[in-house]
Order: sequence, then C-alpha cells, then structure tokens
Amino acid sequence: MTVYVLTFPGSNCDQDAVKAIHYLGYRAEILWHQDTCIPSDARLVIVPGGFSWGDYLRCGAMGAISPIITALKRYAQDGGYVLGICNGFQILCEAKLLEGTLLRNREQDFIARPCYLKVENQKKPWLSGYVKNQIVNFPIAHHDGCFWADDATIERLEDNHQILLRYCNEEGQIDELINPNGSKKNIAAICNARGNVVGMMPHPERNVDPVISWNILAGSGAPLFHGIMETMQ
Amino acid sequence: MTVTYKDVGLFKHEYQALKEHVGREPSETELYLAGVMWSEHCSYKSTRSLLKQFPKTGKYVLGGEGENAGVVNLGGGYGLVFKVESHNHPSAVEPYQGAATGVGGIIRDILAMGARPVALMDGLCFGEENHKETLRIKSPVIHGVGGYGNCVGVPNIGGKTTHHPCFNHNPLVNAFCAGVVKLDQMVSAKTAKADGVIMVLGAATGRDGIAGAAFASVELDQDNRDDRPRIQVGDPFAEKQLIECFLELNERGLIIAAQDMGAAGVISSSSEVAAVSNVGMKIHLDQVHTREQGMTGWEIALSESQERFLLIVDRSNIEIITEIADKWELNVSVIGKCYDDKKFELYDHGQLVADVAPDIIGGNAPIIEWDAKQPKDYANRQKIQFDENLQDLQEPLLKLLSSSSLRNHQKLYQQYDGMVQTNTIQGAGSQVGIIRVEPADVAVGFVMEVDPLKCYVHPKNGAAGVVCSTIRALSIAGFEPMALTDGINHPSPEKPEQFWELSQNIAGLIEACTKLQCPVVSGNVSLYNESPHSRILPSPFVVTVGIKSLNDPYLSEWDMKHDDAIYLVGDIYGSMGGSHYAALYDDFAAGEIKDIDWKKEQQFMSVARHIAHNKLARSGKQIMGGGLLVSLAKLCIHNNIGCDISAKNDDNLRFYFGESGLRALYVVKQNDRKAFEAAFASSDIDCHFLGIASGDRLLDVPLDALHKAYDKDC
Repeated sequence: MTVYVLTFPGSNCDQDAVKAIHYLGYRAEILWHQDTCIPSDARLVIVPGGFSWGDYLRCGAMGAISPIITALKRYAQDGGYVLGICNGFQILCEAKLLEGTLLRNREQDFIARPCYLKVENQKKPWLSGYVKNQIVNFPIAHHDGCFWADDATIERLEDNHQILLRYCNEEGQIDELINPNGSKKNIAAICNARGNVVGMMPHPERNVDPVISWNILAGSGAPLFHGIMETMQ
Repeated sequence: MTVTYKDVGLFKHEYQALKEHVGREPSETELYLAGVMWSEHCSYKSTRSLLKQFPKTGKYVLGGEGENAGVVNLGGGYGLVFKVESHNHPSAVEPYQGAATGVGGIIRDILAMGARPVALMDGLCFGEENHKETLRIKSPVIHGVGGYGNCVGVPNIGGKTTHHPCFNHNPLVNAFCAGVVKLDQMVSAKTAKADGVIMVLGAATGRDGIAGAAFASVELDQDNRDDRPRIQVGDPFAEKQLIECFLELNERGLIIAAQDMGAAGVISSSSEVAAVSNVGMKIHLDQVHTREQGMTGWEIALSESQERFLLIVDRSNIEIITEIADKWELNVSVIGKCYDDKKFELYDHGQLVADVAPDIIGGNAPIIEWDAKQPKDYANRQKIQFDENLQDLQEPLLKLLSSSSLRNHQKLYQQYDGMVQTNTIQGAGSQVGIIRVEPADVAVGFVMEVDPLKCYVHPKNGAAGVVCSTIRALSIAGFEPMALTDGINHPSPEKPEQFWELSQNIAGLIEACTKLQCPVVSGNVSLYNESPHSRILPSPFVVTVGIKSLNDPYLSEWDMKHDDAIYLVGDIYGSMGGSHYAALYDDFAAGEIKDIDWKKEQQFMSVARHIAHNKLARSGKQIMGGGLLVSLAKLCIHNNIGCDISAKNDDNLRFYFGESGLRALYVVKQNDRKAFEAAFASSDIDCHFLGIASGDRLLDVPLDALHKAYDKDC
C-alpha cells in the first residue's frame, strides 16, 4: 500500500507530503505530471500544494490538463482515494473532480498562518481518526483560497455531508471574523458526492511532526492520514 | 554617436587604466564591460581595502572567499551556505519587481554553490509610514518579497522592518538566503578547466535590466522613470524550475563549475569564472538564447534578465544536460569554450568585439581611496536632549508600542509562507528564526538586525552593537554563533564625512566579530543610497547564524505564566543614543552610546546558553527596540498577563527606555529561581529580580491599552 504524491512543475509541497507520510510510517512515492498511470498498489493519491506553472494562468488550470490527471480521473472513477491540498484542491476543482472554485482571498493578500478548523463529521475514511466537532490546527498558505459555489450547490454539499472542515476560532466558534479568506460558510475542506475525492486549502502535512508544529495542537494532522491508511475498505 | 567613458559611469583614471591594460583605445563593448564590472556594485572598489580586515576563519568556516556565498560546517557531511544582498535602487524605482528579483538573486547565489535554498529573511527600511513615497513603495515591496519567495517554495523565517524619514526616497531592501549543501557535492566558480564548454541555462535573455549594476552604483535622479528599462523582471516559476534542474544536474555530477547570472549577466558571470579559475574564454554572444530580435552584442552581454545560470560542462555531457533541462522546461545554449590561456574574447556574429584579460575585468578593478573626515557635528550627536527623570511613563510607552517600527508586524509577515519545506521550528515574529537540518541532526538559528540611528549617532559602537545584539539573541535561544554575513548600506562614499561613517561602521563590525569570534563569511556593499532629497543613515544589516544539536532544547522568547518571576539580566541602565525613545523627540536620536564590555559579552554568551540548555528559564529575550518597558509590554501582550513590578521613580529614563548595552529579560518558574540566579554567580553579569507575572496591568497601564497600541495594524 503506497501513497503517491504528484509533482507538477512548480509544486513545492510535494516533498513535504512525502516526508509527512514517511514520518507516519507509510510508503510514499512521487509521480511526475507526465506519467500516465496510477500504480495498482495506490491507497491514496495526494495532489500537493505549490504554484503549478507559477499559477500565472488561473490557479490549477494548467495542472488540470496534465497527462497524469487523465489517469487520476480513471482512478477516482474506480473509487480510489484522492486528496488535494491547497494548489492540489485548486487543480481538482479545475479538473471538475470537485465542485466549486477557489477565488482570491477576501483581503487580496497572500495569507500564511496556523488555522483552527472544526471537524464537521466522521466521514470515512478521511475523518474517522477524529471525533465530530473536534478542533484541529493545520496551517494555511495561499493567495487564492476563498471557496465559492452558488447557494444551491453549497446547500447540496451541506445536505450530503460533503463539508469536512470549517475555519473556526480556538473555541470552535465559526463566524465571519475568524474566516481567513472569505470562503463561503467558512468552508475549508469538501469531498465529492461519492466521498473518495477530498480537497482542502489548509495543509495537514505541516502538522504531523510535533517538532515543527509551532506548539499549536501539535500533530493534529496525523489522524487524517492514519484514518485513510488504516480504515478497512 | 560614440560612447565615452563618462556614459558608462567610469572615472577618468579608470578609463586610463583600461586603456593601458588593453594597450589601445578600448572598443565600445570593452567600455560597457568595464563600466559595469568596475561599478561599485560589482567591484567593491571603495570598500575592498576596508573589508579585507574582517576575520574570515573560525572553527565552523569552510570557505566562501571568491565564491557566491560563505559556507559553514554543520557536521555529518553537510554545510550551510548563506549570504545577504541588497536590491535598494531597483526597489525604489519599481518596488514589486525590485524586491522580487532581490529575493530571486540571493536564492541563485546560494544555489550556485550546489545548495538547496532552505530559508529566506528580508530586511526592509522604509520612510515615514504616511509619506507618499512610502505609501507607493512599502506595500509592493512586501508583495514582491512574498510573491517570489512563496512561489519558489523557500520559507521566509523572519527579518527586520524599520522606518525612518531618511528612507523616504531611498528605501532599503536586503534579502538573505541560506541553503544546505552536501559537502562532497559543492559547486564552485573556481573549478573551470580548459576545454570546458560554456553554457547558459534558464530564461531567455531580453533587454530588461541592461547595465543595472552600474545603475545601482550612482545616486538616484530626481525623476528616475527613465531608469525603468534597467529594472529586471522576476519569474519565480522559472526560478523554481531552475532550482530543481540545477540540483538534478549537480546530483548527477554534470557541472564542472557554475556561476549565477546576477548583476551584469553573461559578461560578469563569465569573466568572474575565468578570473577565479585562471582560464581563458571565447564567447559567442549571438549564441545566447534570446527572447527579443536584434539585440546587439553588448546588450546580450550586459542584460540582467533573471533566472539564468552560466555552466561549465564537459562536451560529452551536452546532450544529457539538454535532456534534463527539457524535463524542467528550461532552455540551454552553448555559447563558448574555456582555453588554456589568459585571454577573454567576446565575439558577435564572428566578429571580435572585446579582447581583455579576465582578471582585469572579473577580478581587479582599480581601488579608490576616498578621503575620510569626522563630521563636525559628531560630538553633538551624543548629547542627550531631555530630562532623565520621567513622571509619566504611560504616554511614551504607548507611543513607542504603536510606532511604525515597534508595533506588531504580524500582518506583514503573514504574507510570507514560513512553513513550506516543513523544517521551520520557529518562524517570523521572534528575534531568532529556527530551522532544522535533519541530515546533519542540528537546528540552525538566524538573527537579522539593523540599527540605522545607532550606526549614525556613534558609527563604531553602533555597528559593533548590531553584531552583539544578534549574538546575544542566538545565545539566549541556546545557539552557538558560527559566522555572519553583512549587508552594508550607505550613502555616497565620495563625501569625506560619509566615508568616515562607513569606515567607522566597518571598524565596529570588525571589532565585534573579532572579540566574539564570529567570522564574516559573505556580504554585500550598497553605496550611493541617496537622492537630491536626502541620504540614508548608515545602515549595515547583519545576519548571524548559530547552531545547536537538534535534540537540545531552545529557549522560547515569549512564554510566561501566572506567578512566574521576571528578571532583568545585565546592565541596569541602557544608553539613549539612537534609541526609539530619543527618536520620538528628535529625528536623529542624539544621546550617548557606551563602549561595549567585551568580557561581559563573552561571559553572557556562555551563561545564556547554559540557561537554555538546562531549561533554567521559561523564556528569555534580549532587550531591544524601545527598551525594557516595551520588551515587558510585549511579553504581557503576548500572554495576556500583567506584570507586578515596583516603579522606579528616579533616574528612570535610561532604566525604562535605554536600548544599547547588554540587557536581557528572563521569565523564570518559581521553582527554578535559585538555579537561575546561581547561573550568574560566577560571572560579572548582574541579575535583578523585577517582579511577578500577575494581574492585568504593567505598572499603571492596563493590558487593554497595551494591546490597542501594539496591535494597531491587526
């Protein structure tokens, strides 16, 4: 069972994801954007953060037409697990593997800081390592992280329990004041209807090893990966 | 129109020296070439004799002289490469691109040594915050630093931002980068060999930034819009590709020698490699891949298009190098060859356009000795202007806390990704930025400091104090200083009083580095930071780098809990010269700055590390900008706890608001107080108990008021 991390020109969190997976004791390998198949021992494919092709075009638009994405779509159709983080979330939206889009942050500035997040449900296998309403902390680092979809779509996502994480404060309160980027309904992570493709703006791989957690809910990203790797299919 | 030596920025004696070297009237290309290569920016002609005296060796130092950056040994077969560089002039003209390409340039200096860039810091000096130039410059500079660094994926782990009216028209943008290199894979500019093929790797060459180095070596014009074409444009995506491509080429042993194409592009990088490697070169300028039609030879030679490298490689490897470059979507071109002679020849479409010895151009610009004269007002600069007893502490405290240099800069540094690469242990917002270097099993600490007012009031003690302050901060956090890099920013050296300040600054740096055994392994000099409106205060940036074992604890700067004991360690009084308090009343902050007690500094380095290592304190921080009261206030704000300290009513100005001097604030658990105090017993350093963390006030000032002042921007 291996975690495959995609690398696009301009990806800069690909090695961080590999490092986090290794730290947790699992196998992780890199796939190049021009590869054309996802190996059969894949348990999870991570589409990592960064600036694919500099994000000079719409964020994620270039990545979404890479050869590997054709393979990724087949893999997802077959029920394979896909996790897009930050630029990876943007790529999955552009590739239409997820609904909605990521707009420029409300204040127009790049924002990089640790963020409290509320676990919305126990969606398997992604959140099975957490309890409902648990507060975790993953850092954000993005310029275009304002999640947007029309009201009907948001309502459907909510009804289907497709919203996994929301931005909150230390006590778990969810309001506009704590919303770092203007995302609708403070949405930080969603999944597709089938529940096997997830996108999130925050970086769980940056809070796996407590040495670099900046002492904020140290290691609270780890259960996410354990959940995916340990839950029986 | 014929080009004259004045057009290319040469002095007459330099023109004559050039003429003598080539033995005839120099060609147009040769004139341009000398104009750039003998500019202050490239040649250090005004400061070379001063910089020679820096201590350059130490137990961690592996080299750096004549290379792109300095190297220190981290153990386990790994080294740390680091350097600070300025990009002041371009940032004044085009703030976003100026700052962005400053970051890009320093990253390539580190990469050129074969190191993976692992940390960035930014040193920014702006004018008054509401001045129209500051409003034009500040925000784009910050966006430029972030836009570039975030995209290439190198964490920004801290820096220094300060404001003073002298920077209204002359902002300073200094960028620092550190990288980790496997010592057996280090790349050098000195290793080119005859028969080596010369290649250009990376972005296509265009007309941007032509002769930018010469531009950076003169005072800014009243209206500098005409200088726009001299500004380079950054492409961080290309830089990221270049990093990965260069490191892959190096990993596979395909690079014989390399040099970043920074200032003065092809000409500078190639002539420097030829000079330090002792080889000759023939270069065909028309073979360089360009993105514009009809560029002349000298335009190609001097273009400062970004994200390019000069490589010296073996002929048999050209094909594989081209393949790897293709993978990273980068272009390469073969532009010439190295020879076993001392000739440096440039050809344009088969025609010889320049023929000079490489060491003339790439090594030895004629040195200039400017006159130095102590300024007439020097004694006055140290005369304190105000009453030494303060009745009201609240007003100056809140003024300082909310001042543009001292208030919370969170909104600024949160625009920089400080965590990418997942090695950042402590990021921006603390004096010490800390990263881990796992393969060497160490943590590395970085402190950046600049203090223009003190370096003006007393240039020697001020500059020495800047070095001391970086070393104190590292020691408190538990690090052993290894070495430092300095970025000297000054106005024109041609005015004797300014050259005196420059020499005094450098003398102060040398004294501190020598006494505290912290060698200088790399650096940068930026002169002519003046305009018809004003000139900058002398502003040397220092970044000092320290080491500790990864498993040893580091001491936080911020932690405090109810009932903890608070100590002032070191001098009871600080000096007022160049202090932020003095600057509230006088733009030039007159006041005395005492000589440094080197014995105490050395003792403090070891006691402070002992405290961190044995966890004898909960936190500790050096008392810096704003003095004791501002440092205490920041501690209270951070933890939302007051401090119950008894007020000092007489002779209290220098106690509360004095800055220079060896002073630190420690927070100690009640149970550890004995052991903490004992740590100082055998030293000459005093340790005063100030009070207890409790309540919701600092002296009479409520926490709410402190928050409101400090968090003005948040």
